[in-house]
Amino acid sequence: MADPMRIRAQAQGDKTTVRVLMAHEMESGQRKDSAGKVIPGWYITEVTAQHNGKTVLSAQWGGAVSKNPYLQFSFKGGKAGDKITVTWVDNRGESRSDEAVIA
Amino acid sequence: MMANRRQFLQSGASTAVLGLAASAGLLPAAAQAAWSKAAFEAKGLAEVAKALGGAAPVESAEVQLNAPEIAENGNVVRVAASSSLPGTTQVAILVEKNPNTLAAVFDVVDGTEANFATNIKMSQTSKVYALVKAGDKYHYAVKEVKVTLGGCGG
Repeated sequence: MADPMRIRAQAQGDKTTVRVLMAHEMESGQRKDSAGKVIPGWYITEVTAQHNGKTVLSAQWGGAVSKNPYLQFSFKGGKAGDKITVTWVDNRGESRSDEAVIA
Repeated sequence: MMANRRQFLQSGASTAVLGLAASAGLLPAAAQAAWSKAAFEAKGLAEVAKALGGAAPVESAEVQLNAPEIAENGNVVRVAASSSLPGTTQVAILVEKNPNTLAAVFDVVDGTEANFATNIKMSQTSKVYALVKAGDKYHYAVKEVKVTLGGCGG
């Protein structure tokens, strides 16, 4: 199981900005090890975020997203105390979901 | 319980096992199926746009791409893409000279701003594109990012 994500969500007016730091190797599948063998790709393919159960972000990623990915996005309608849930799924089928409260 | 297990093992076929695992929620089958493999394996702007389902994209001043002029470390390049085009439904980040051009695609759902930032890897100095779908048209913004140290460890 991967480490928890760090999620920071801040409401300003009717706009909520969410910043997420995920813990993931994001192995691109392009690198070779010392023996010259390609290291298999291992990266997050799907990211979703929900605000009080409603999807506010849905993304597809490839191996070109950096290790320990950073993500920032904004949506309308969140307020302090609301719950944000971020979920990712990687190409091995592993997943992780974390929650944060809007500040 | 044991009889079930035996039947389960005898059924043998990996598809059955996979199907069972999926229905038990162990595999995000639906999520995986949605991942557009073709788009992520496409090379170059035109091919990616096509794989995403659009025709030739046109450059637009209403698409903004925020990327550094020079990235010292190609492993971590902060890129922000946004669109002020009405009816924007998709924002993608592309790196022309990466082994796979497409880095990330964000769906713009109702209420979410067409403005996303993330960190990407760049194998070498290359043009970076923000590709935006608005209505059924594709628009883009482009910027050359110089990479001092390559990020794909090639």
